[in-house]
Amino acid sequence: MAAVLESLLREEVSVAAAVRWIARSAQSSEEDAGEAAALRSLQPLRKEFVPFLLNFLREQSSRVVPQGPPTPAKAPGSSAALPGRPGGPPRGGRGARSQLFPPTEPLSAAAEAPSARRGGRRRGAGPARERGGRGPGSLEEGVGAESLLWAGSRRPRAAGSPGSPSRARCDPPNLSNLEEFPPVGSVPPGGAGTRPSRRINPTPVSEERSLSKPKTCFTSPPISCVPGAQPSVLDSSPWGQGPAAGCRSLQEEREMLRKERSKQLQQSPAPACPTPEPGSTLPTRTGSLTAEPADPAKVSSRQRLELVALVYSACIAENLVPNLFLELFFVLQLLTARRMVAAKDSDLEPSPGVLDSLESPLFQSVHDCVFFAVQVLEHQFQVLSYLDKGTLKLLAENERLLCFSPALQGRLRAAYEGSVAKVSLAMPPSVQAVSFQPETDNRANFSSDRAFHTFKKQRDVFYEVLREWEDRHEEPGWDFEKGLGSRIRAMMGQLSAACSHSHFVRLFQKQLLQMCQSPGGAGGTILGEAPDVLNMLGADKLGRLRRLQERLAAPQSSCGPCPPPSFPGCQGFFRDFILSASSFQFNQHLMDSLSLKIRELNSLVLPHPEPSDEDGESDVDWQGERRQFAVVLLSLRLLAKFLGFVAFLPYRGPEPPPTRELQDSILALRSQVPPVLDVRALLQQGLRAHRAVLTVPWLVEFLSLADHIVPMLDYYRSIFTLLLHLHRFPQSLKTCSLWKRVRWMSLRWIQKLQNMVWMACLWWTSTCSTLAVLILAQLAQAFFHNQPPSLRRTVEFVAERIGSNCVKHIKATLVADLVRQAESLLQEQLVTQRQEGGDPGQLLEILCSQLCPHGAQALTQGREFCQKKSPGAVQALLPEETPAAVLSSAENIAVGLATEKACTWLSANITALIRREVKAAVSRMLRAQGPEPAVREDRRGCSRACEHHAPLPSHLISEIKDVLSVAVGPRDPEEGVSPEHLEQLVGQLGQTLRCRQVKTWQHALLVCPCMWLITRATLAQGCYSKDGANIQGLLAFSPQFLCPPAEQHLAKCSVELASLLVADQIPVLGPPTQHRLERGQARRLLHMLLSLWKDDFQVPVPLQLLLRPRNVGLLADTRPREWDLLLFLLRELVEKGLMGQKEIEACLDSLHEAQWPEDFAEELATLFNLFLAEPQVPEPQLRACELVQPNRGTVLAQS
Amino acid sequence: MILTKAQYDEIAQCLVSVPPTRQSLRKLKQRFPSQSQATLLSIFSQEYQKHIKRTHAKHHTSEAIESYYQRYLDGVGKNGAAPVLLELANEVDYAPSLMARIILERFLQEHKETPPSKSVINSLLRDPSQIPDGVLANQVYQCIVNDCCYGPLVDCIKHAIGHEHEILLRDLLLEKNLSFLDEDQLRAKGYDKTPDFILQVPIAVEGHIIHWIESKASFGDECSHHAYLHDQFWSYWNRFGPGLVIYWYGFIQELDCNRERGILLKACFPTDIVTLCHGAAAP
Repeated sequence: MAAVLESLLREEVSVAAAVRWIARSAQSSEEDAGEAAALRSLQPLRKEFVPFLLNFLREQSSRVVPQGPPTPAKAPGSSAALPGRPGGPPRGGRGARSQLFPPTEPLSAAAEAPSARRGGRRRGAGPARERGGRGPGSLEEGVGAESLLWAGSRRPRAAGSPGSPSRARCDPPNLSNLEEFPPVGSVPPGGAGTRPSRRINPTPVSEERSLSKPKTCFTSPPISCVPGAQPSVLDSSPWGQGPAAGCRSLQEEREMLRKERSKQLQQSPAPACPTPEPGSTLPTRTGSLTAEPADPAKVSSRQRLELVALVYSACIAENLVPNLFLELFFVLQLLTARRMVAAKDSDLEPSPGVLDSLESPLFQSVHDCVFFAVQVLEHQFQVLSYLDKGTLKLLAENERLLCFSPALQGRLRAAYEGSVAKVSLAMPPSVQAVSFQPETDNRANFSSDRAFHTFKKQRDVFYEVLREWEDRHEEPGWDFEKGLGSRIRAMMGQLSAACSHSHFVRLFQKQLLQMCQSPGGAGGTILGEAPDVLNMLGADKLGRLRRLQERLAAPQSSCGPCPPPSFPGCQGFFRDFILSASSFQFNQHLMDSLSLKIRELNSLVLPHPEPSDEDGESDVDWQGERRQFAVVLLSLRLLAKFLGFVAFLPYRGPEPPPTRELQDSILALRSQVPPVLDVRALLQQGLRAHRAVLTVPWLVEFLSLADHIVPMLDYYRSIFTLLLHLHRFPQSLKTCSLWKRVRWMSLRWIQKLQNMVWMACLWWTSTCSTLAVLILAQLAQAFFHNQPPSLRRTVEFVAERIGSNCVKHIKATLVADLVRQAESLLQEQLVTQRQEGGDPGQLLEILCSQLCPHGAQALTQGREFCQKKSPGAVQALLPEETPAAVLSSAENIAVGLATEKACTWLSANITALIRREVKAAVSRMLRAQGPEPAVREDRRGCSRACEHHAPLPSHLISEIKDVLSVAVGPRDPEEGVSPEHLEQLVGQLGQTLRCRQVKTWQHALLVCPCMWLITRATLAQGCYSKDGANIQGLLAFSPQFLCPPAEQHLAKCSVELASLLVADQIPVLGPPTQHRLERGQARRLLHMLLSLWKDDFQVPVPLQLLLRPRNVGLLADTRPREWDLLLFLLRELVEKGLMGQKEIEACLDSLHEAQWPEDFAEELATLFNLFLAEPQVPEPQLRACELVQPNRGTVLAQS
Repeated sequence: MILTKAQYDEIAQCLVSVPPTRQSLRKLKQRFPSQSQATLLSIFSQEYQKHIKRTHAKHHTSEAIESYYQRYLDGVGKNGAAPVLLELANEVDYAPSLMARIILERFLQEHKETPPSKSVINSLLRDPSQIPDGVLANQVYQCIVNDCCYGPLVDCIKHAIGHEHEILLRDLLLEKNLSFLDEDQLRAKGYDKTPDFILQVPIAVEGHIIHWIESKASFGDECSHHAYLHDQFWSYWNRFGPGLVIYWYGFIQELDCNRERGILLKACFPTDIVTLCHGAAAP
């Protein structure tokens, strides 16, 4: 391997030829014969070159002290051992890197000569240090411990990492294997424990995730916290402060940043570039922590570095490296390297017989590192330009970069200015519920009342569980299954009907998308929507900026560039919910729903290609589309991840099948099972339609959750092959940039249109010529073909919305009118039915048969609506400058599409809709009717003079109740009621009854459009009074303090009060002698009550109570008995028309049936006779009654 | 009237084994003159209801019913005009209206062939003048008008208070030009859970987003608040997002702990309202 590199360095072979040689198995004809010959001899080594190169670079940079976490994993296998230098590079077992590739030689060979093949030069160190603990002795050292630790933390969730020893020599690297691709920040705890690490953790911030987020479009959601990764980092904490990084508050963190900033200011008052002063680094206590200045003039062997950078870049560009981000990360580490550890003399000694070109270390100083990094970055500018805005800014502001390549810096700055890809701030994840939508969630969407109410409860249990999880999942010792499992299963157990399952799954899926759409788990803060990190910090906070710079340039310890599949943050809740629910039905419905949603989102119309750079200005539409694209992509990845999780859940296990036979039988079985979603077809479709940029990311998420067997199944193997091909040959996507890979299928919609026209054509075929329609379709196609895509989208959007609004409008007008008709018909029917005793079910049928035919109007009205509304909407949404002809065509098409949508729905559903609404209205009315007689119709409002200061009904009922209770007793000796209080109370009752709060109805009309409809309807019926404000019927809907139940109770209480007055049972407060109400006062109060009953109550007053045995019986206790007030009251009732003479006679008559003391019964009979005997006009007789009263014991005794 | 838990406990302590009569209420008002009457009554009523819930079962054993009925018969046998039933209720520490129900039910069982239905009993309690026995009718009526915590009259008062405060809240919303959907409209649309008002455009109150407002014409104590949270407030949150609860008669301060989570408590209509369109609402 080194031979190839050496040939390159000696310029025997050109870089281009070398890369061609590496990338392609067949030699291309363009190769120079000499080069070909040189390379041909090395043919067997071709596959090992890239691993060799990567390891070589890692090893060469081993003395670099980076700003951030340690450098990425080393590639296993082809160690960069140089010929004749069996010891390898000068490392004393201090590296933290594991190998990037698995060993490429058979284990036996590895065991024979571990140090010679890959060990590098070690001094008394154990074998196989760099292989991630594969060798038997690896446990001795940190790397081995690290890999074990990783395995431990990962395996429970890992979907089978086939990192088995049996792996074939040429297997593709397994990117999900943490042993081979550990998250970059992970530091071996053992390594740190055995010796002081040189690695420096830039900022041990526990809240780091809130500031540095993964790039939304490129990487998998990161692992939020990796157990075991942090403690080792702490040991090397440069701040000399002990507390665990995870425990530090942001405040402490800020303080640390401040201190560090001041230190840095002290140590390097001037920028290291462009005028570095030799020896400017002061040997201070913290001197070793500051970055050494880098100077382009001090770069050694410039040419050699350039060449290696070129080869390395070519490998990256050709997609030969396993992970682009891993390499970028490595390069950024070189760029930001703090310093080089001094090499031991022996390390630098040239060994005899070794070629110069590879003999001296590639990176001899920080200057070399920076130079190399800048070289690579220059080659990778295209990729860099797609980084997020924040990172671009930091890169562009990097002083070393400016110093080494002002040109690159300029390009980066330009890219930064043009970039819209911001990294959002992760807001603390807060749960927001899926909102209730009547269209999908109301009773009409459920099979039964029971299902509806069950789901109502389930929704609440779901959120209760979610809130509890939110509160407790971070508590140590809290366990999801223990805490919530049984509750979840109990809830799932209630989901009996299939329809309930689909409702719940819809809720679950929506909540999942809502909570987890952004990588941090917070909803809504996706690309470009959150405030820029840098702007928020403020440009003057240089110290922070520097740290931030480091932070962004160096991915954090918790999330590397190639994290394994995980369920960070809120996703964990949904994963655990699925596991705890362990419901087959739920999983099946969930898979159905996820598949459907994935298909739906995957067919999203992709944004059209980036506007050409010459324009200079970025298209507004395009930015919106890009944002939408990002949202859709995130959603798809999330959904696919969960689909993969659920789909492969039954097959997942910790271990691969133990024997070949078992594996074969499993394979035979599994190959019969159809895939949950035909992802291969979707991928192929995506490739054909040039939509891979959307399809591949979610597909990868889906596959990352696959079990051990999946990669061996033919179906999935073909997908993996396809993906590998894509990875290697992205040019097969026929694109040159990430965004330009995006091609959208503009014909798709037009095909749909064509189909529609074709259907219309079939229907119309008798009258129209097919040819004409086809021409029409072609014209429409042609019309959109030459218009900007936004026009098509606008028309489609308008048609969709107007069509939908049309249906809503018909519901609110035509259907609502029919329902009102039904109500009035029903009212009539009910009256007759009461007499005839009909059946409400039949009634409904009659109503429906009368009303449903009116539904035919819906189509006409719908057409009118679409005709009227669509053009305006199209006009408003298209640019002002749209040519008139184009506008008019667009309007016509929108009208057509909207009408089509609305009329299709209406013709299919209007009858059912009317039926449903009428039925609901009927049952509502029947319920409202109840056993009680309907309230009186003549509801009135306040008089104009009313100031609405009447006491509240509740207060009055309470007050009257108190009077009643004092009267009924038992009471304390000092308790009583003053006559004034009684009069005041009855007066207040009048006020309350007269204040009907119509003052707000006008407001109500403004606020509530349905009030307007009602008003219009009542006005149309002609039932409004002259003064305008008192519209009958409307009052029933206007807000009143006095509600019918309260009024009914007031009426009843007032009658009870009257009974007590008549029987003189109210204890009066006053001078000691006076304990009874004066007759005049009592009569005055009765007059007031009579007037209220007659004029102010709007509910029926239960006056017959006055003549019930209990109330009349109150008189029995009084001595002497005084019947005059009762007689007075009865006559007034008749006179005021409150009760009929006959009605009273009937009541009096029935009183005889009760058991009374003999004398009382006699007196009662006399009263009856008196009432019957006395003619109407009662005034003089009443007086007579009154006059006889004081002298005789009782009125009746005299008569 | 927002009380601390300690203040509330002090009031509640005074209510142990106090009969729900107007005399008790009068004493309570004298004991805590600084508290509003409505708040005191609400606390009294809720504490008493808790007490009844705890002891309800023991009054409904057949032995207890028989013993009460016998005592009633003995009592009215001696003097039908004496407050026999009311005194019996107070003596055994049970609500007079509920005691009236027990005795009425037992009475009807004895005098009718079929056991009386619940609706018949309710209707007789609403209108005792229809009770066939004149003495019992008077006794029942006396219990009902003397009971501050139970019975059809108290139910009606509570209902009326609730309704009035909803109207009050509606008027305040209209006054502030905040458009809303009320409970009836929501029900007509088929919502499965209906707060009193859903704001068509959310507002911010004291920095918290508000989508819905629920009016509670009672004091928010721990027990009722937790029941409301479980049955109503969280359900509203689950469907409509964060919202505001107004406990017009106050609440225990410590219960207002879900503000960040999306349930804000107030004892009056908020003044610090920010609307989407106009900034701070006009006072």
